[in-house]
Amino acid sequence: MTTATQDDVISVRGLGNRFGTQVVHEGLDLDVRRGEVLAVIGGSGAGKSVLLRSIIGLQEPTAGQVQVLGTDLRNAEPAVRAAVERRWGVMFQDGALFSSLTVLENIKVPMIEHQTLPLDLMDELARLKIALVGLPADAAHKVPSQLSGGMRKRAGIARALALDPEILFLDEPTSGLDPLGAAGFDELIVTLKRSLDLTVFLVTHDLDSIFTCCDRVAVLVDRHVVAVDTPARISEHPHPWIQACFRGPRGRSAEHALGLRAQGA
Amino acid sequence: MNTAQLDWRESGTGEAVLQVRGACTMQHLPELLARIEALRRTPSQLDLSGLDMLDSAGALVLLRLLDRQRRYRDALARIVDARPAHQALLALVAERVGVEPVPERARSSGREWLIKFGEAASGFAEHAWQLAAFFGTVNLGFWAILTGKRKLRMTSVVHHMERTGLDAVPIVSLLCFLVGAVVAFLSATALRDFGASILTVEIVSVSFLREFGVLLSAILVAGRSGSAFTAEIGSMRSREEIDAIQALALDPIELLVIPRLVALLVMLPVLAFLAMLAGITGGALVGAMALDISPTMFLVRMRDTTELYYLWLGLIKAPVFAFLIACIGCLEGLKVSGSAESVGRHTTSSVVQSIFLVIVFDALFAVLYMQMDL
Repeated sequence: MTTATQDDVISVRGLGNRFGTQVVHEGLDLDVRRGEVLAVIGGSGAGKSVLLRSIIGLQEPTAGQVQVLGTDLRNAEPAVRAAVERRWGVMFQDGALFSSLTVLENIKVPMIEHQTLPLDLMDELARLKIALVGLPADAAHKVPSQLSGGMRKRAGIARALALDPEILFLDEPTSGLDPLGAAGFDELIVTLKRSLDLTVFLVTHDLDSIFTCCDRVAVLVDRHVVAVDTPARISEHPHPWIQACFRGPRGRSAEHALGLRAQGA
Repeated sequence: MNTAQLDWRESGTGEAVLQVRGACTMQHLPELLARIEALRRTPSQLDLSGLDMLDSAGALVLLRLLDRQRRYRDALARIVDARPAHQALLALVAERVGVEPVPERARSSGREWLIKFGEAASGFAEHAWQLAAFFGTVNLGFWAILTGKRKLRMTSVVHHMERTGLDAVPIVSLLCFLVGAVVAFLSATALRDFGASILTVEIVSVSFLREFGVLLSAILVAGRSGSAFTAEIGSMRSREEIDAIQALALDPIELLVIPRLVALLVMLPVLAFLAMLAGITGGALVGAMALDISPTMFLVRMRDTTELYYLWLGLIKAPVFAFLIACIGCLEGLKVSGSAESVGRHTTSSVVQSIFLVIVFDALFAVLYMQMDL
């Protein structure tokens, strides 16, 4: 889509989540702008995935408001809600593909359910998505158990892109991938975002991804977002967790690699 | 945003140019396709100067409109005045989608039937082979336990005895009680005309001791516990737990199969015995209520006409059935692969196979007993 306005596609205000006595989020605010790649980082158990699930409505928050594409999903009519849900795509951690369907059928599921299209067009569209996420054409007729972890994630993205969404949610896209595969994935995210004009919301703890493909980074520590900024500036942030994360050996090498790449370019 | 408007105009060189305005996106695709359908002729050029929104699905539809033969790279040259972003997307789609057309697998239907038949036949043979091999593996496992090379997991055995045996007692007894009553009713109706209602006693007691007690409990256990074995072991398989067991240098046969098998070997005869009692009780109750055969008379008649070895003829079948049910249930579970559908398919197959084989073996026993004049 090419409406290049600078409005916020996702806006989270005062979000609160608790499981029993355990408070996961408290007073969490976050905005995602149209056309950007925003990464949410934080330690394990900081509630990154819960935040993603609250935004897409899989988790009922205990407090606060979530607006996606200008609609408050909690109080929206089911029809309005469904219309908004069709404008985003979600890739879950291990792809969450339907295990008894082939990759091609997996991608066609949302098309068949939400749109009446001729079968040959649907087939061709599904093949296009497979090609767009960089899977070989012969992956189309394989079932998920025949694919590697990285291919399953790519197939998961292809299914998320089936309805040409405006927003793409990615839950830990590079976890469990080898460094080369992860780098390929970062590249894929940038390519897709640029060519399909997507807004990407990604949850990650991969510092390399943050420096290579993200426009802004939101840091989720102590139950709320402590800072949102570009990767370069966020690494200068004085918060102790951010310092520990970005000034640690892994953060330094990721930043160093980025510097080298910038010189090379 | 509105669905794209399609208007014809003549270009300077007299070619038919189609002007596309508005939105060409997934959301509006069905309407757009309807409008394209109404065009009736293929445009030679597309003018996209008025296009507001385009996504990859819309781009593909526009390319298809230009060239029905799917030569999208040629079609790209016949698009004019597109915005740079739209042009880039069209180029990407044209490049990617044309890469490798996957050929459709076409088969003639007669040949397809033949292939299916052959696949089924070879599948059946392979299946029988696997089952025989598994019987052997399990027997080896047993031997290893008897010679003390492996341990028998007593906790697991007792656990499965409770689940497959004790928990099945109510349903097995109730069912056999009802079947006993039905058998008594049926035979009484047929025998009354001959004044031989008293023979109902023999029919009920002999049929339950020799056949129904053990057969009904085996069928129920196959449906109840055989399916549970397959589903349990199958979901362990699909979550790589079986692989983990092997990687820890443990033996899935020893850990998962033998305890279930031993539990069934012990419990199925017990269940079969209870089933016989319940069936005969059902018959006796019908006799007392509807046929004027008092319980005392029923018992006396039973003592006089029914041989004790009928009980052993029935009970000796129980361990055989238990072995079949446990082996098939566990083997099907171990054969599960990855998907959720596979768990369901193997569970179905496990129940069907074990009930089938239980009935086949029951028939073999009947022939054997007949030959032995028992």
